[in-house]
Amino acid sequence: MAGNRGRGRSQFTFNVDALGFGRGDSLPSSAQTPSPLFPPMQFRPVPLHTGEEVDYMLALKQELRASSKNLPFHIKAARTKTDVARYSDKYQNGEPKNNCIEWSPDWSRMPKELCIKVRKTRKTAIGARPQLTPKVAAKKEEVLQKLETLEKREEEQHSEEEEDEEKKKKNDEEEEPDADEDYDEEELEDETDYIMSYFDNGEDFGADSDDNMDEAVY
Amino acid sequence: MTVQEVRLCGLLLQQHFGNVVEKVGTHLIRSGVLTLRALAYETKLPLDLVKKSLCVLVQHGMCTFGAGRRGPAGPVEYRINCESIIHMLRYPRYIYTAKSLYGDTGELIVEEILQRGQMTMSSTVRTVADRLTNNMPEGQSMDYSEVVSAFSRLVETHFLQRCPPLASAGSSSSTLDTPLPAATQPTEPESHPDCYKLPYINLTGQGKRRRSSEGGEADQRAAKKARTDNSECGDDGIHWQVNFQRFHLHFRDQAIISAVSCKLDQSSSEIVRTMLRMSEVTTPAHAAFTQALSSNEIFRALQSSYNIARPNLDQYLSLLVDDPMEFVGKTGDSGGGMYVVNLHRALANLARATLESVVQERFGSRSARIFRLLLRKRHLEQKQVEDFAMIPAKEAKDMLYTLLSENLVQLQEIPKTPDYAPSRTFYLYTVNQLPTARLLLQHCYKTVCNLIERRLYETKENKRLLEKSQRIEAILASLQATEAEAAQLTEVEEMITVPERQQLESLRHHINKLDSSENQVDESIFLLESYIKSTQASR
Repeated sequence: MAGNRGRGRSQFTFNVDALGFGRGDSLPSSAQTPSPLFPPMQFRPVPLHTGEEVDYMLALKQELRASSKNLPFHIKAARTKTDVARYSDKYQNGEPKNNCIEWSPDWSRMPKELCIKVRKTRKTAIGARPQLTPKVAAKKEEVLQKLETLEKREEEQHSEEEEDEEKKKKNDEEEEPDADEDYDEEELEDETDYIMSYFDNGEDFGADSDDNMDEAVY
Repeated sequence: MTVQEVRLCGLLLQQHFGNVVEKVGTHLIRSGVLTLRALAYETKLPLDLVKKSLCVLVQHGMCTFGAGRRGPAGPVEYRINCESIIHMLRYPRYIYTAKSLYGDTGELIVEEILQRGQMTMSSTVRTVADRLTNNMPEGQSMDYSEVVSAFSRLVETHFLQRCPPLASAGSSSSTLDTPLPAATQPTEPESHPDCYKLPYINLTGQGKRRRSSEGGEADQRAAKKARTDNSECGDDGIHWQVNFQRFHLHFRDQAIISAVSCKLDQSSSEIVRTMLRMSEVTTPAHAAFTQALSSNEIFRALQSSYNIARPNLDQYLSLLVDDPMEFVGKTGDSGGGMYVVNLHRALANLARATLESVVQERFGSRSARIFRLLLRKRHLEQKQVEDFAMIPAKEAKDMLYTLLSENLVQLQEIPKTPDYAPSRTFYLYTVNQLPTARLLLQHCYKTVCNLIERRLYETKENKRLLEKSQRIEAILASLQATEAEAAQLTEVEEMITVPERQQLESLRHHINKLDSSENQVDESIFLLESYIKSTQASR
């Protein structure tokens, strides 16, 4: 709507008094940076509640926090082994493994797809096995039988460990496709364990020495 | 889910369950509903870890699962219940309430069930009896029957409830005739008729003291025995969980009673306490007011220790009714007068008091006066604000604009002409209680997040020092167990130097302060959340 534009000096189109500042006042400068991270406070905050109840709840809170770290619900990812498999791995059961769960939930209340095997202690597993093999034999063949059962037990242990190793390897492989890529190029050349660029097979030995006569050859 | 709520849930999950569960949980909150495979793919975690995390979340009732979009034949879908994650902030308060109502036994029962999510009655009783026995002097032990009686009292007053039964979700067996609950409607625990029925269990015995001298063998034997005992108890499959809603109703009642005692006096608060106690069982959870109680009934139910005579009771009741806070209302005259406690109005008034106190502490008492004026008078022009608040124009303008920039006050335009010309429009300032309460609730969530992060930062900065002090404490404890000489003890103690000791002391002081602040902010969160929920329920 074409209204009265005002003659000469600028006039606001609305009644300036309603806003609360006069014509002569300068407008406050607009903010050009985000507000500060720790804005200064006009008033100090009120002190916290104190009392027996408050102290007890504080102690409860800290205890709950500390004890929840020891419960089996605190899930730590299994450390991926990057170096060689060691002999002591067989005897270190303390590390959490990804494929077993440390507590036994009521599986009837969970969807079937979440079922993972429950972690049992090693001792009961190994102790149970010899009982499975039937104990037969006359006195003469007892020793032979015992030798055979000991052999079998070793094999079963070994196969059980192999199964575990395989599962772990599969998990490791799923997790570390990137680490393998670095090694792929070097290994592809000759399928040896040695990185080819480091290996000097001596073919250039004779050829170089002809050109540089001033260098001493040891 | 707002940004601050997601952030808070992430921090709480990390604190209690570790980084893996935090990653899975926050991703599931952000995406809404996901299947197991999609979740594993998007979080790039190994499938087993995702399965374990989901098990933990389902166990604690924070995640629900159900048949997905493709119907019962398709994969199971999971969704997170953010509220129950935020309830983790309030666990100390629940445990303390159980202690004040039911003693140490009740406290330990609630603590065990909160930490483990769901438990059967027999395993709870055994664990709690063992813990109590360990704390008792030598030779005494806790009988199971005492723990069972504490448990049954908790169930009778509805503080514990049975976990709702599940339809067989995701099972491959052909139960096509039973309709599976969709992931959007989890079965309410209250809809189960046996929700508060105690199972009959055959459990007698006493708590076992854990002896450190016996080796691992005895523990294994005991553990095996416990496993076989479990199946004999007869309550397999009946799991119990904490009924958060009942605790919240209790906190709400406590808030109302303390408000009455602050505003009026102790005797009025006792009368209100009696009224609330009488209508505990008969009032449904989201009711706007309690059942009508006649003055005669109240008088009979009043404990004699309060020493309130009949005519005094009537006077107190009429004072309560006339009070502007409107805690108690009169609905009739039969039986000496029928009175109700106005629950929703009380919550609204408590929330309003919270808002006013926040404005007062942050901006000063004059800004608070303007805020209260706007709450009462709804819409006011700038000139009217200055006049009613009796504050000079320049300062009033300043304060109003500060409040406006903080979004605590809104501007409403009322045009006189259809073209909204500024010279011919009224500009009115107003405060809407509900949106402002929501805004403050988000501020509270942000505050708790900042407090937690600051505490984590402080702990991380002084990690070396904390570890050193823990090691020294362990050494001291082992030395004391083997009864070493005092000289050795002092030598070990001196391994921490005096400035380090001071640093440790100040660190402990800071962490205590931060933790205490979290508890206190949680009280405001509870009030604001209850108010917002009550307005939604009444719509």
